[in-house]
This record gives sequence, structure tokens and C-alpha cells, in this order.
Amino acid sequence: MNQHNCCNNYTRSKLLQGAAAQAGQGLPAIEPGMPLPAGTGLTRRRMLAGAAGLALSVYGASKLPISIFDVGIAEAAQSNRVIVSIFLDGGADALSILAPTGHPRYFDLRPNLAINPAGATPFSEDTSLSWHPAAAGLRTLHSEGKVTVLPAVGYDDPNQSHFTSRHFWEVGALDTGGSTGWMGRYLDLTGSDVNPLQGLSLDGSLSPAMATASKPVAAVEGVTGYDLWSWVDDPVTEELYRSFKRFGSFKSDSDALNQARRAIGSTNSVRESLEGFSEFTAPVAYPDSDLARQLSGLGALLGAGLPLHCVSVSADGGYDTHSDQKDDLARNLQTTCDSILAFQRDLESRGLQDRVLVEMWSEFGRRPEENGSAGTDHGAAGTAFIIGSMAEGRMVGEFPGLTQLDEDDNVRHTSDFRSMYCSLLEQWLGQEAGPIIPGAAKLARPKLVRT
Amino acid sequence: MRKAYGASSRGLKTYRFVRWVDRGEGVVHRETKVIRVKGSRRPPRRDPGPRPLPKAQRPSKPLVPQPFGVYRGAFGRLEATRLLNRAGFGPSPGQAEKLARMGMKRAVLSLTRPRGKAKLIGPAPVDSDGLPLAPADSWGHDHLWWLDRMVRTDQPFGERMAFIFHDWFATSNEGVSQQQQMLDQYATIRSHATGSFDRLLLSLTKDPAMLQWLSGGDSTRFSPNENYAREMMELFSLGADRGAYTEDDIREAARALTGWTYDWDDDQGTINFRFDPELHDTDSKKIFGKRGNWNWTDACRLCYEHPLHASFFVAKLWSCFIPTAPSPSTKAALMKKYLSGGRQIRPVVEAILMHPDFYRGAAMVKPPVVFAAGLMRSLKLTIKTEDWTWLSTSAGQQLFYPPNVSGWDDERWLDTSTTRARWLMVTTALQDRHFDAWDDQKPYPKDEPTRDALNRALATFGWPALRAEHQQELVSLSDRVAGRITDDWQQGPYRALRQNALLQLIAVSPDMQLS
Repeated sequence: MNQHNCCNNYTRSKLLQGAAAQAGQGLPAIEPGMPLPAGTGLTRRRMLAGAAGLALSVYGASKLPISIFDVGIAEAAQSNRVIVSIFLDGGADALSILAPTGHPRYFDLRPNLAINPAGATPFSEDTSLSWHPAAAGLRTLHSEGKVTVLPAVGYDDPNQSHFTSRHFWEVGALDTGGSTGWMGRYLDLTGSDVNPLQGLSLDGSLSPAMATASKPVAAVEGVTGYDLWSWVDDPVTEELYRSFKRFGSFKSDSDALNQARRAIGSTNSVRESLEGFSEFTAPVAYPDSDLARQLSGLGALLGAGLPLHCVSVSADGGYDTHSDQKDDLARNLQTTCDSILAFQRDLESRGLQDRVLVEMWSEFGRRPEENGSAGTDHGAAGTAFIIGSMAEGRMVGEFPGLTQLDEDDNVRHTSDFRSMYCSLLEQWLGQEAGPIIPGAAKLARPKLVRT
Repeated sequence: MRKAYGASSRGLKTYRFVRWVDRGEGVVHRETKVIRVKGSRRPPRRDPGPRPLPKAQRPSKPLVPQPFGVYRGAFGRLEATRLLNRAGFGPSPGQAEKLARMGMKRAVLSLTRPRGKAKLIGPAPVDSDGLPLAPADSWGHDHLWWLDRMVRTDQPFGERMAFIFHDWFATSNEGVSQQQQMLDQYATIRSHATGSFDRLLLSLTKDPAMLQWLSGGDSTRFSPNENYAREMMELFSLGADRGAYTEDDIREAARALTGWTYDWDDDQGTINFRFDPELHDTDSKKIFGKRGNWNWTDACRLCYEHPLHASFFVAKLWSCFIPTAPSPSTKAALMKKYLSGGRQIRPVVEAILMHPDFYRGAAMVKPPVVFAAGLMRSLKLTIKTEDWTWLSTSAGQQLFYPPNVSGWDDERWLDTSTTRARWLMVTTALQDRHFDAWDDQKPYPKDEPTRDALNRALATFGWPALRAEHQQELVSLSDRVAGRITDDWQQGPYRALRQNALLQLIAVSPDMQLS
């Protein structure tokens, strides 16, 4: 009876697996009425970047031959600064991560789920809040001044659908029709035409936040054990693969046929070149989790000097804790925060800590009042964290308390996620937010990054 | 007309010959034609072999959605194959030809209104140890069990509709305590999948797997859980952001849906699913502007009687069969058909399967399970290994484990991981169909010409239609392999390997990924 707790929208990244329909030819709906994830419709090609030793899915820039990306990666200047988006999928319960144990109403609203203040460390910037014990990794980094906390981040008229709210965060706008991600638009404006590693999704499929209109971005997946086994032996195998490759090379104007052919062509490319990228050794110990593996791999890529710039990954587990929240949340939070701590230590041991900033977010927080299933339903404002040696380390927006909730009895926001993006763009990536975040002129610029 | 080759009749000789036909959609397929010629004329070649056609990839015009109506174009093997691929799991050998002879309407009805009870044809599936499957107990056997039904059933439409609604009401074993509960849900879906949507929704709302998956069994009047109410509206019956419902409607419907509960048993998991009036909220609720003391059946009814339900239903159902949107007139006609029939599913599906867009429109990528089942159907295989479970998972689709409540994403099946998995499915399927190049006891023919090699391989799969350039490539491969033969000892073995390569390539070709 695992994961019985959630409403199971949370693994939406799975929805994005696989190649996409052709750019500009209409966007396929996942479900009628549901906002399309940004990046839907981008062409996708797979390549093995010899320079990087990685099997990549490259999105966008469909007119260019795939080989150009290998050159692009080899020749791209190492990006000075890297932003890593870590997504807590499902709507993480902000009121457990930083529990408002100093607010008496908390214990009325959460008779079963309230974090026991006895075992929790107070949050030094607002002692009415306490760190969840499982968030110890984050607490440690915060005590080192490496975490900027947004304790109640959200937006006006909060939407409580996973799909819609997540979409808003991904596209960086309150726009259900948005088709490019906020990082994608940044890359469209400033990025390279030939370096798909500039926008790298570590989940094996394109993160919608990374979806571009024109510039190539990529997704990586597992790179070991890739073979195409058959009943054919040498020397006929060579002819088999040659024909398979040609199946992938013909032109067509049919979306489905193109999808099949691209997939075949890329599959063969990966097969052709997939050698050399073997196990790497991380300089620090990581916990045993998917996120840890992805982040340790990311550490290795950055350590190898690959031209990464914007990176995206999903945290372990699901945060859609409609029932049995206590244990599931603790477990997932522990894994996630431990992985992030290990990643930071990895960067520090590689001397990369001043070049990398992590942004951790979730599509919404959860409702203050617990439900009868020992869980919580979808809420409004949640938490976000900016993590890294260059993080400002000072809270942005106060915790609004629990006495005045919004009309749906949810936590009100005291910072806007779009403001957070504006600040990240301007303070970290050195790019004016105006052309990227709609309405940027009217949005605040909280200080997130050390200067 | 059906005379043997060369038989004479009134000075004319009747010949049957096989030719490659390009229907103009970039697909070449093999047709048998009977002609009569004067005896003095040179008869056509008996079998021209695979003939590539140069114009196979002419640009097709974008489909203009047709008004509501019935397809009146040619209904040959190609069209019958599409019908079998989308309304079933692909043709078994000869099935497309049989269907093509019926004409479109009869062909559709033969699938949608089968006579009698469904039967499973051929030997029962076994696991890798040769033992019967244990779908309720062994991990992955649930997948094998249903996949086997898709392969061996004589009523594939019923299984396909169950598969469609498994995706529609996507429930995953990840959130359900026993595999048997998923199998029970399958049985519920299977029995209602072509009948009344009302009954389908009602029966799934109280289905034990669903009550666990979307928290319906944890929702009480003391604290209603909104999970099921939200997804019932957003994904099952009305659609998000269409103005069909508000957050308040969800909250009120959640209250109406309270009362279902179950017990936990440390040995058995979740048991004793029941409606407990004590847990049901009997106060008045206001849903979609209507106030009343609504209960769970009312909540369902208010959804399927909602003025925006029919438009959601027909559009979603259409998208399961046709990749482009219906014209407004088609959509309106389908809605009318749906509503006038009392929200029966089958008449709407039949109208979609007879619609011109179904036959004239663009290709779709087969879901991994459809590809796997189709491969096995074409080769007349039954399941003999559990590998089919992980292969299907790697290809992106494990039955009873949709990625989330919105189901699988049909737009994004193919990438380097999933394509590799499809390749390995083919390798697995060819386990007993490939040739051992080095077996002295059963040497492969040393003199097999190129054309015969390809024909032999195509015949193995029941003559699937391949696009001309793919077929041309296979001819080229056959020639290239022949060109590598430099020593006499290579004659047979290389040809055997060539046959294996052709079998592999046909099955992994783009054509076979599409429907």
C-alpha cells in the first residue's frame, strides 16, 4: 500500500517522456482543458554528445544537423554561473517543512500532523517557525548562510489544480496558454544556437520550465547498458544498423512518422556512440536516491567543465500527501534535503560552490487544516528555497500567520514566485527580467543572491 | 475469375499476380490481382517481389476535418489494418484481408458488435519457468495476463475499449493494496466499456481500487477529502478550465461523496469496502448551482448530466482514435448521438470508426502495449516469458501502472529509451522465429535471391504495408549482404543472418510503430 497518500498527479514529468509533436503544428492536449506543459510540440532529437559522453535528447532547433551540437558542446565556453531548479512534485506541505509551531492555531488546525516543537530546531530568522527534523540538511545549510527562504511564496488567485499551478510556475506567468518555460525564454534570449547542454533536464525528459522557442536544450537519461541486441551476427549486423539508421533519416511531413523516424535515428546515434561514459566517483558521500544520483552526476558534469547553464530535476518521491502525510513527507523530505546537502558539499570540494545556485520549489503549499485521512489537501502559498554559497541567506517575505487565511482557508502569499524569477534572472544570471517574465516591471525584486 | 494460373477460358488466359500498390498515402502494400489476357501476350511476372515506388513520400495535404458523415472511400487492407490497429490490437495473419472484404460498415460492426462471449484462442500464457500466470499475486503477471488477453482474444474491440478506459480512469496499483483489486477494476471497466457512461462512472466511483487511489475511501463527513471529487470533474467527466465547475463545487461534491470506507487487515491489506451512512454528510450541498441533500450517486449524476459533459466526453473519446480534432459539425453530431442514446458509449465509437477522418487522417503512434500485442498477434505468439513486463515498462507503458491519474501521454511514446525497448520486444518476439545461421542440421537455402528473402520476411508478419523507401532500404540491405558473400561457406549462413536482419527491421520499422 505504498504511496496511497497522494492523488497521483504528481508524476507529471512522466507525461513528458518521449518525443513530441512537430513544432508549430498545433499542440496536443494531455487532457481536454488542461494547460499544456510548456515545451509541448517541440521537436526532439536524441544525440550522443561525444564531447560530453552523454546520451542527450535535444529539443528545438530542428533545422540544424544533430552533429553540430557535438561541436557546439565541445566549443562552448564553460558557463560562469549555473542555476539548478529542483521541483518538489505534488505540492509540498510548507507548514511541515517550516512548521509554525509558535502560532497557537497551528495545533488546532493540525491536531495529528503538527510538527512537535520539542524535537524541532527553531528557524533562526523567525523563531515562530521550526524546521522539520527531516529537513536537517537544509537547516545545516541555512545555518551556514547558504539558504534564502521564501516562507510563503505564491501568487494572486491561487489555482489548486496540480497541473495548472505547476504550469504557472513553469512558464513563469499566470498564463494557461504559455508554451515556453521561464528558463527556456531566458535561453532563447541569451543562449547558444548549438549548445543543448545550456538547458539540461536531468529527469530524462524535457522539463517544461526549460522549454525554449528556438534554442536547443537537452535531457539526459541513464547511459549505461545501451545495446540493441538481435539475432544477427557480424558482419551482417553492420548492415542491419545501417538500414536502421536510414529508417531514421527519411523526410516526411507526417507528425507521427517523423516522431518514429527521429526516435529511430536518435536511438541508433546513441547506440553508435554510447561508450566511454562509465561510472564516475563523487568526491563526497551521497544518500541512496534518484535525486542523489542525478545531483552527483550533475556534480561530475560540472566538474568535467561541461557547458551547463540552466539545469532542472525533480526531487524524490511525491509531495501530494492527501493521506498518511507524516511518514511519507518525512521520508521524502529527508532524502531530498540530504541529497541537496551532499550536492553542496560536492560542489564545495570541487571548488564550484560559487558558480551554482539551487532553486527549490513546489507548485503550491497545502491547506492549513488537515483532512481526516491524516493528510492535507491542496492549498495556496508554499515555500521556496534558494540554496548555495552565493545565496543571500536572508528570508524573503514574512510568514503571514494562520489567523488570516484566504477565502479558501489557505495560507496567503507574502512573495510572488515571478518576483523570485525576476531576481534570479537579474541578480544571478545577469539578465534583465523584463523581456522574460510578463509584468516584470511591476514585480518586486527581493534580494536572493549575495553581491 | 478465381482460376488457377494459366487456365484458359474463351481464348483468354487468367493469371493471378501480386503487385505492389501505392494508395497515395506513402504506403505500399501488396495486393493479389486476377487478370485475364490473350494467350499470345506475355503473362505478367508471377510475383514481382517488393517493388519500391518513387512517390511514396509525396507531401500530403493537411487534413481538413470532415463534416459528420460516413467514410465512402476505398476500404482495402490498409484501411482494415488501421481499423484493427486502433479499435483492436492489430491484425492476425489474414484478418485485414477478411475485414476488407466485408466493406467498411460491416467491418466496423463486426468488431464493435461481436456475437457471443469473447474467447481466448490458442495456448495459455506461461511465465519464464513455464508455469501458469499468477496475475493477482506475482508482480508483473497482471500486465502479462491482460497483454495475453489482448493477444489472444477473438473480440479485440472490447479489450481495446477497456484499455482506453483504464487510461481514462487511470488507476495505478501503486496506490492500491492488492493486485486483485486492480483485476477487479479491470473486470468492471471491461463490462461497462461499451455500455453506459453513467454506469461506468458510478461503478468506478465505488470501485475499491479507485476508492484507495483517489482517497474516496478516506473521505468522511468529519473531513471530506477533495481528491476524487476534483479528478472526477477535471479528468473523468468535465475537464479543467472550461468553466464547468468551481473550487466550491469540488468541495461540495467531496461532501456528497463521503461515506465510503474500508478496513485494513495486516495480512490482506484493504478489505471490506462499504458505504457507511454514519460517515456520510447528510447536510445540504450546492453543486453546480443546484442545492440538495446530494449523495455519491447524485454527485456522479450531476457530473454526467452537466451541460458541459457531453462535449468533454466526445472530444476525449475521439482523441483516443483520431489524432486531429473533429470539425464542429462532427463534434455536435457526436454529442447529439451520445445524448440521444442515453450516454451510451458504443454508438459514439462506431460513428468515430466510420468517420472519414478516421481513414483519411494522419497516422498515430501505437501505444507500447498495442505494439507488443500487435507484434505477437501478427506472429501468432503467446506469452512464454515475463520479459514482456519489463520490456513494456521500458517502452513506457505497464498495464495497471499508469504514470498518474491523467493516464499515459499518447503524444510522446517514442524516444531513445522506448524505441530501444521496442527493438528488444522484437528480438524477444523473434526468439522462435529467427534462423540459426550455424546449424548444420537445418542449413538455410544457399541460393535464396534478394527478392525472395524480403518476401519471406514480409510473409512472416502477414505482409504488413511498408512505406516505399523503407522497403527500398530492405531490398538494398538484402543486396548489400549478398555482396558480402565472398566464400562458399558464407552462402547459407549469411543468408540466414540476412533473414534475421530483415525480420528485425520490418518489425522495428517506422511503419510498424504507427497505426
